[in-house]
Amino acid sequence: MSRFTAALAAEWRKLTSTALWWVLALGMAAYLAFVGAAMAFSLTVAPEGFAPPLGGLDAALTVYGVLNAVGYVFPLVVGTLLVTTEVRHKTLTQTLLAEPRRGVVLGAKLVLAAGIGLLYGVAGVVGLVAAGAPVLSAVGDGAFLDDPEVVRALLLGVLVTGLWAVLGTGFGAVVPQQVAAVVAILAFTQFVEPIARLALGAVDGLSVVSAYLPGAAADAVVGASLFSQMGDVDLLPAWGGALVLLGYAAALTLAGRLATFARDVV
Amino acid sequence: MVGRVEAPALEVVGLGKSFGSVRAVDDLSFRVEPGRVTGFLGSNGSGKTTTLRMLLGLVRPTDGRALVGGHAYAEHPVPGALVGAALEATGFHPGRTGAAHLAAYAPQVGVGRERCREVLDQVGLTAAADRKVGGYSLGMRQRLGLATALLADPPALVLDEPANGLDPEGIVWLRGFLRHLAAQGRTVLVSSHVLGEVQHTVDDVVVIARGRLVHASSLSELAAMAGARTYVETPAPGRLAELCAERGWACTPTGAGHEVPDVPAAEVGAAAYAAGLELHQLATRGADLEDVFLRLTGAVA
Repeated sequence: MSRFTAALAAEWRKLTSTALWWVLALGMAAYLAFVGAAMAFSLTVAPEGFAPPLGGLDAALTVYGVLNAVGYVFPLVVGTLLVTTEVRHKTLTQTLLAEPRRGVVLGAKLVLAAGIGLLYGVAGVVGLVAAGAPVLSAVGDGAFLDDPEVVRALLLGVLVTGLWAVLGTGFGAVVPQQVAAVVAILAFTQFVEPIARLALGAVDGLSVVSAYLPGAAADAVVGASLFSQMGDVDLLPAWGGALVLLGYAAALTLAGRLATFARDVV
Repeated sequence: MVGRVEAPALEVVGLGKSFGSVRAVDDLSFRVEPGRVTGFLGSNGSGKTTTLRMLLGLVRPTDGRALVGGHAYAEHPVPGALVGAALEATGFHPGRTGAAHLAAYAPQVGVGRERCREVLDQVGLTAAADRKVGGYSLGMRQRLGLATALLADPPALVLDEPANGLDPEGIVWLRGFLRHLAAQGRTVLVSSHVLGEVQHTVDDVVVIARGRLVHASSLSELAAMAGARTYVETPAPGRLAELCAERGWACTPTGAGHEVPDVPAAEVGAAAYAAGLELHQLATRGADLEDVFLRLTGAVA
């Protein structure tokens, strides 16, 4: 076993030997099931005499798009926890005794984050489809699960969930204090970025900037989201969005490697 | 000799570490030999843990080098299999079982889950193996730390205050265990802030105070340093005081008699005989290692 695969195996065992990872995965599936069903109802059911807000494929794409629009907090948090739990419980000492090359440790965490993020993406899709699809087909125009556009949106949703987890690990390396990191993630995703996107989108010339915010970049990858439906915001191409997310992850990881992971461990 | 790998000596050369304006370790040099248990002694805050963390690549030295078998810890291909370490303040995830804790670090030292069970058995944690560490006592955590250090059956061991939190029975067990490991040819370095705790375990001692080396020798040499005190009782204390003054000896009243430090009983007896001084008691009082230790570490003037 190479040094890297050994470190990866160690990270996998550390993550899976406590309950947190599956509790969060279940939480993500349940949350998306709830939001997916609620969204499907609100889009397809209209009072007598009114047309439903959206129909057909558009309704389906919007419902399945919530995977990215509201689900990304979960992979971000789990990615962050890969670093912050080690600091919180002081297991980082033992981890660095086993592998003193800190770049290897961080690299293994990033790769594990990508894998676990994809798994979270699958969990999210399962929850979303399990609750959203029946509603769409019962009260709407159909679930459209065999439509290539829907399949593409779901697969890209899984991919982008993986990217969010990698970004989370980079963020954890920059802010290794667990509580601070989780609070910062919640504040940024639920408050700062939505406002920034609306504000930047409202100003001519600055809406270009808003496309580079992480949430907008993720929307670009998936190609569907609440925000992109609400405002006519310019999004990057899908590959550009993925690159922007990877760029954030790389920049954060580098900063974390030079700060947190260069420090003395006492 | 231990199986496949030759036990490495541990060596610290001109080691120094500053945390801001605080000089935690200063110009420290010593060597820890294989096949012996070496006690690394100093009061709390004297720089022991910082030194051990520099030896294990966790803290970057400001000056000097800390070497394992002639190389920095991190330069070894599988450092965790060469040096098993249990450091103070190393944490355990409270939600992980003892067995899972060991299993998490097993891949990196190249051992399987059977070996994890084996070391748990060795430290007496078999019954608690599948319980979460959050419910462990301090002594059990110490044992789990020791099990982690032993995981790869390493030829060198670095244990920071391993006796902390152990019950008296556990301390006796640890003593025998460490002696056994050294007898197999391993390098064993054990830190403590109490000499008495390791006095019956160690062959060599390295004593530091305020980050500096104050003493390094075998335990027997340290014991010799304790020196003998001669206890004297005489019906004529005035004449004894005169005699001591004549010879340049210190003479301190204690109980019913006097103590003459650092002078053997034979010499005191001969002098008294020559001076015609009547003695009722003449006795050697034992060396007190703890006194020497406290004197070295500056705890007493």
